[in-house]
Amino acid sequence: MDLGTLLTSNLTDTLDVSLPHFRTELALSATIVLVLLCRMLPVLRWLDSGFVAMGGVAFALWYAWCDFRGLPGSPWATIAASQPGSVELFGGLLVFDSLTAYIRLLLCGFLVLYILFTKVSGIPDREDGADFYTLVLGSSLGMCLMASANHLLMLFMAVEMASVPSYVLAGLLKGRKASSEAALKYAVYGAGAAGVMLYGISLLAGVLGTCHLPSMAAELGRIVGEGADTGSIMVLALGGLMLAAGLAFKLSAVPFHFWCPDVFEGAAAEVGAFLSVASKAAAVALAIRVAFSLGWLGDATGVTATGLADVRHFSVYLIGLMAAVTCTLGNLAAYGQTNMKRLLAYSTIAHAGYLLMGVAAAVAMLGVDPEGCRAAVAALAFYLATYLFMNLGAFAIVAVLRNRLRSEEIASYAGLVHTNPGLVVAAVVVLVSLVGLPPFAGFVAKLQVFAALANAITKGIERPLMLVLLVVGGMNTVLSLFYYLRVLKVMTFDPPNDARVAAAAPVWLPGALVTAVVVPVVLLGIFWGGLLAVAQLAGTFAS
Amino acid sequence: MSPADTLTQPALWPLSMIVFLPALVAAVLSLPIIPKAREELIRWVTLATTIVVFVLSLWMAWPSLFGAAGPAQFTVGEAAMQGVVKRPWIPAFNIEYLLGVDGISMPLVVLTTFLSVLACAASWPITKHVKAYHVLFLLLETGMLGVFVSLDFFLFYVFWEVMLLPMYFLIGIWGGPRREYAAIKFFLYTLFGSVLMLIAVLMLYFTSDVRMLSDAQLVGAHVVSPAADGALQADAIATIRGAKSPVHTFNILALAELGQLPNSPFAAAAVWGMSLETWAFLLLLIGFVIKVPVVPVHTWLPDAHVEAPTPISMILAGVLLKLGGYGILRICYPICPGAGLSLAWLVCGVGVVSMVYGAFAALAQKDFKRMVAYSSVSHMGYVMLGLGVWSAVAGNQFRWDAWAQGVNGAMFQMLAHGISSAGMFFMVGVLYDRVHHRNLEEFGGIFNRMPVYSGLAIAVFFAGLGLPGLCGFIGEVLVTLSSWNYSRTLAVISAFTVILTAAYILWAIQRVYLGAEYKGPHGDHLTPITGRELAIAAPLVFFAILFGVAPQLIFNYVTPSVNRQVETLADWTRDVGGKAVQPVAGGPAAADMTTVR
Repeated sequence: MDLGTLLTSNLTDTLDVSLPHFRTELALSATIVLVLLCRMLPVLRWLDSGFVAMGGVAFALWYAWCDFRGLPGSPWATIAASQPGSVELFGGLLVFDSLTAYIRLLLCGFLVLYILFTKVSGIPDREDGADFYTLVLGSSLGMCLMASANHLLMLFMAVEMASVPSYVLAGLLKGRKASSEAALKYAVYGAGAAGVMLYGISLLAGVLGTCHLPSMAAELGRIVGEGADTGSIMVLALGGLMLAAGLAFKLSAVPFHFWCPDVFEGAAAEVGAFLSVASKAAAVALAIRVAFSLGWLGDATGVTATGLADVRHFSVYLIGLMAAVTCTLGNLAAYGQTNMKRLLAYSTIAHAGYLLMGVAAAVAMLGVDPEGCRAAVAALAFYLATYLFMNLGAFAIVAVLRNRLRSEEIASYAGLVHTNPGLVVAAVVVLVSLVGLPPFAGFVAKLQVFAALANAITKGIERPLMLVLLVVGGMNTVLSLFYYLRVLKVMTFDPPNDARVAAAAPVWLPGALVTAVVVPVVLLGIFWGGLLAVAQLAGTFAS
Repeated sequence: MSPADTLTQPALWPLSMIVFLPALVAAVLSLPIIPKAREELIRWVTLATTIVVFVLSLWMAWPSLFGAAGPAQFTVGEAAMQGVVKRPWIPAFNIEYLLGVDGISMPLVVLTTFLSVLACAASWPITKHVKAYHVLFLLLETGMLGVFVSLDFFLFYVFWEVMLLPMYFLIGIWGGPRREYAAIKFFLYTLFGSVLMLIAVLMLYFTSDVRMLSDAQLVGAHVVSPAADGALQADAIATIRGAKSPVHTFNILALAELGQLPNSPFAAAAVWGMSLETWAFLLLLIGFVIKVPVVPVHTWLPDAHVEAPTPISMILAGVLLKLGGYGILRICYPICPGAGLSLAWLVCGVGVVSMVYGAFAALAQKDFKRMVAYSSVSHMGYVMLGLGVWSAVAGNQFRWDAWAQGVNGAMFQMLAHGISSAGMFFMVGVLYDRVHHRNLEEFGGIFNRMPVYSGLAIAVFFAGLGLPGLCGFIGEVLVTLSSWNYSRTLAVISAFTVILTAAYILWAIQRVYLGAEYKGPHGDHLTPITGRELAIAAPLVFFAILFGVAPQLIFNYVTPSVNRQVETLADWTRDVGGKAVQPVAGGPAAADMTTVR
């Protein structure tokens, strides 16, 4: 193959296949440029960067929806889908499938709500707006790439691209010591985790001779299946563990969660909302992607297939144990918290545990029970969507209250029901939904994850681990009730201890925002068929 | 909603309105347009809502009261599920909006709506956050009614949990001095039980496969709507038969049919050496007995009942405890008969232990309300014993009449306790409103100061005692008699418990109502009973007497459905269970196996 044909084939691949599937990311990139331009050019100064960003994100959302709608098997397709379920982009660096499309859609949808939220809550101010939205969009771009990474190098770059802007976001409140400390802690931890992950990637690449995930899987299956020397297996296991450490850092899974409470407490509530929702969604998608790509090849036979089964077994136990520990520790550590954002940080850690349980169930059923596996991925997709509303609602309430009370301590919420009954009702809905009680969306999400575990148990797939996870998950629900209710108790049972609360006037715009985020939590708990159909479409890639 | 649905499912609107009208009104009341200060309006609207719901439920349960019976109304004496409403909800999980009533649930629905009216009327003295209180009260009513009419396990679970949050706030905001502790304890206990229940539900769901049922069973269990015409039915059945992978279901009736199959999927699957059926029975049982409650998971009850405001105590004792018994009867036994048979000793045992422990604990109480709370533990022990007496075994020639007597007695006891315990809590509340203490040692001489009230109160307490001629007697005597066939020891113990019951109730009456004069605090506040209080107390006393002298008013509803279930399970014991399950210690020996078909 001479250079000419190579270039031509690359060109056709890029122009005809890759770029049309890359419109969402392109729209986000263009928005970033536009936001920066608006700041630089005096002519465009008058434009509010928030609304520029909102416009760009709306475009990205539309493209993401078009991509998602066009997936094979989609009930919303306007023209019959002709493309296959999975398309490799840019020479195999990225992959486009239902998971990619769904996470893009979720992230862009989140960004729309999120920008609205920041406009209402007042952080960032007009001066910081351009910086803030550039960072947020840049990080989201990285997250979109995380969801579609098909190559370990791309994976690393995407994780870094998502992380580095978040370090800066954590230090957004420039004057505050806690904020700077949070940013520094986050950056140091992040750098450490990135180093470990890169080392793991190099170990894997060294033994397997490639970084392209499907090729790695073929090689991995062969090596494990043929029973290679213990040395290579050890190196592979070590590399896998290190890669998992990097992903666990993004997911804030135990034991790589230490950054999370400090960052959430130090950074603004707006930043916490972004990290807890968007970052978590992308990290879960990436975990699914890596575990699925390295553990399953549609056309694997013989030794490779048995080898891959061993790889899956390893990753199921790794993910499952991490899930159980993360969930329990997150919930237990939340008990002693007095700061609302710190409590929510531990709550996100616990929820990472529930999500990982679903990932473990999905990986366990991968290839063995395709239908169950798709249902498990759909459960995760559903969970992420409901988690978006729940956590955005929780942080919106924290932000609204911060603007009124100048405090984020739980004790300062005492007797809030007397002055802000509406906000307290919203808090009840959000927090009880985070516990996972009906009739709220959190229950349905959790139910589906538990259903995936129960499905695996009844089919006898990884039964001991799945049973443990189901029981641990259930008991954690009971554990978590106490600390969420403690917040509600302070808000409703306790007498107001502060004159400032009594003096507070009703708030209309923030109230409307909180309502807009909280109403879906109720509606999706009762009429969840529509979202379930979307989530099921997201799960179709696992076939 | 097409008109055709309303035709084939005539109960769609009535049943849905009974369940959701309170929630709808609660939603309207919670809107900011209703000013908080209009307390009297909010109280009246709530009372009107509960009355409308009560009348609706009565219209359904007692057609002859309202002229000619319509198709949506309940036919007394029919055993099968009636007024079934079936609408798809989440087809991907085969979750349906499936409601229905039979002789077991219909009386409990009426009891709930009736007690809600009385509890709402008893809420007049509540002056703190009146709007929020009534909104939560109405939401609670929706939750309770929903549990009794749900035939889809998912829906059942949703309603079961929906009750928790309103109850938490009702106890926590409007309760007594230790309200926060009591509220969280109630919530944690119940949630623990319901999480276990959820695990069992999911395991049952994924093991179930409606393709194993015959066409008749599919129609009978409303998996395929019997109301649809022949062609539609055939289509639906063909779809199920044509499915390549198992068709799971949350339908409680279908799960029961599956559980009673000779080749029940629940009995086959084993987890850690025990059949799924046994696991599910145990997990569900724990979930339900926490609500009943039985010793040793009863400790939330004295706290919650004592700290809750009077109307909420009435609801707690009158309705919430019955949910546990109803769950065991409707779900545990039909779905897991094998485990029910082999674990009958457990159900009966905890029943008798609660009975005795609750009675002794009641004897030891100094707080009037706490004594009444412990009496509930004791009385609900009879319900457990009655439900558990699985006497239709081989040694007994699979005769099920004694067992049916026990289950009927348990149902009667639940309804009677709903009236007497709500009455007792109300009577305590009337006194507490006046003198602001509940110390049994400091009462005395109330009869002289409030003769009408004392007369009614003594009647209600006698009903709780189980005096013949009052409602408490029938259930206890039937349960005790039926348990003789199962285990003589338990029968003797339960008979002797009546003496303990008499002791604590008579002693309480003596200390509170009799005596020369009242010497405790706030003696000058002992005003005669008000008209509102009389309007609440009188119906309770009336029904306590009525059901005592005319128990058939309840049995006409209950017996056909209970007997059908018991008979089915007795047949199951003869055909399936007797072979698989060895008789247990305490039960009659299964010597005679010749009757096996």
